[in-house]
Amino acid sequence: MRTSWLHLDRTFKRAGELITANPAISVTGLRKSYGGLKAVDGIDLEVAEGEVFALLGPNGAGKTTTVEILEGYRDRDAGRVQVLGHDPQKADPAYKARIGIVLQSTGMDPYLTVAETLDLFGGYYPNPRSPEDIMALVGLTEKAGVRVTKLSGGQQRRLDVGVGLAGDPDLLFLDEPTTGFDPGARRNAWDMIKNLAATGKTIFLTTHFMDEAQYLADRVAIINQGRIIAQGSPATLAGRNSGATVIRFKLGEGAALPGPVRAAAKEVGDLLEFSMANPVYFLHELTGWAMAHSVTLEGLEVIRPSLEDVYLELTQDPAKGNVEGSIEEAS
Amino acid sequence: MSGLGLVLRQLRFTNRAFWRNPAAAFFTFAFPLLFLVIFTTLFGSADININGNNVSVATFYIAGIAAFSVITACYTNIAMSLTFARDLGVLKRVKGTPLPGWAYLAARMLHAVAIAILLVLICLIFGMLLYDARLPAGSIPAFVVTLAVGAACFTALGMAITTVVPNADAAPAIVNASILPLLFVSDVFIPLQDPPAWLDMLGNFFPVRHFSEAMQNVFFPAPGSSAFRPADLAVMAAWGAAGLLAAVRRFSWEPRR
Repeated sequence: MRTSWLHLDRTFKRAGELITANPAISVTGLRKSYGGLKAVDGIDLEVAEGEVFALLGPNGAGKTTTVEILEGYRDRDAGRVQVLGHDPQKADPAYKARIGIVLQSTGMDPYLTVAETLDLFGGYYPNPRSPEDIMALVGLTEKAGVRVTKLSGGQQRRLDVGVGLAGDPDLLFLDEPTTGFDPGARRNAWDMIKNLAATGKTIFLTTHFMDEAQYLADRVAIINQGRIIAQGSPATLAGRNSGATVIRFKLGEGAALPGPVRAAAKEVGDLLEFSMANPVYFLHELTGWAMAHSVTLEGLEVIRPSLEDVYLELTQDPAKGNVEGSIEEAS
Repeated sequence: MSGLGLVLRQLRFTNRAFWRNPAAAFFTFAFPLLFLVIFTTLFGSADININGNNVSVATFYIAGIAAFSVITACYTNIAMSLTFARDLGVLKRVKGTPLPGWAYLAARMLHAVAIAILLVLICLIFGMLLYDARLPAGSIPAFVVTLAVGAACFTALGMAITTVVPNADAAPAIVNASILPLLFVSDVFIPLQDPPAWLDMLGNFFPVRHFSEAMQNVFFPAPGSSAFRPADLAVMAAWGAAGLLAAVRRFSWEPRR
């Protein structure tokens, strides 16, 4: 009975990769070149309604080209794109009315106040959200009467997000929302995005920060040189969960694991090592067994590869031997 | 909201932002009046001949600076502010909303024309009070039409020039280089008295001189003839149409690098 521990993790392998029948964004075979450069080289994406999706990749990987095609700023060379049932390329105002866009760079009239800016943009949409509402949401209530030019960088970025919300969109695009933020401001921005996601909005986010994707996203796709090279939940991405987690301990004197479990172990010095996708169940059974038999598990360790490890491994350029573009570098 | 409603709403915000930008407001309003005072002080005592009328140079400048006001408010102001808005990402941002692009630009153009009218009126009042200039009552229809055609022409050309300005840093240089020399050879800053043939041709090719002379004709029509100058208006309209065509075909909502 106890010998089935190792099978348990298999059932959970595909969690987080489930896709709903009614996607907010559906992309197949998308291509876009600038001159000879293939910025986007045949990508497929699907984002479910209400999902927070992160497109993760180094600078120049094709993130912004992809998101700008979805937003309707760029025409594609090839492929099929459906967002909220629209083809973004057709520049239909009915489509623009349902999306909110937060670009990488801010773009607001410096001489209008925060409240005026939100009022101005709200007026472009059929069902705007009130400026008061938005200011409360992005934490700018006290700055209502302040001109854009007098705001700090972080406050301008929050107003940017606020402007993206002016039309109460179903789908919000955030292109590198926290690039250039200090750690405190990033954390605040993350909380704000979490709150938005909790209200059921679909969020499409691009970032080159692994921790940002990990903290915010339900699903992540890694893009490099115009191609999606991995896709999944942050926890399961690129096999982070399949045999990549390592459990290591030293078995107490005189104890012996049940035969089939013992057979799955690798001996590293006097330590036993197990690799598996989902260690929780194994750990539960292991520690239960150890307590029931009064066995000590000396130096018990659970080692998971970080998303960063996965990302660095995947975006490594074999020709150059290092990551294309610096991941810390602000764009 | 109807198209017109959107334009008027955008116009309101454009106007509010305009008056809060001290540099833009100062240059737009102060320059024409400053030039008017300087030129009339320096050259105002002489008399010149316009259309057979003996006119004091001071009153000549009312017409010239009225034309210059329209050019500043429409051409220079539109070209600069649109280029800056483009570089700031304001235009790109607007393009991502349901607001039709034409409504945004129409508001900008209407605002420029309104500023031009205000400036011309200030010039006129200034001239009437200080320099004894006057607009003949029979010239009022010609004055309105000339003003409208000039404002439309230079607004369109202001939008057109943004298509060749690479970025906001280059905007003042390109915009001024394209207009300042013309202002000197087109009967605006300096009364043209028997210019050399090549200068005459140059002035006649571009719309500035047609505008300033049409404006002079409004103030000082030849005795017994119309205050309208249809040929000059036609040249301005042609330039305006060409500018609009260039703007429509090549206008960029995103920064060009």
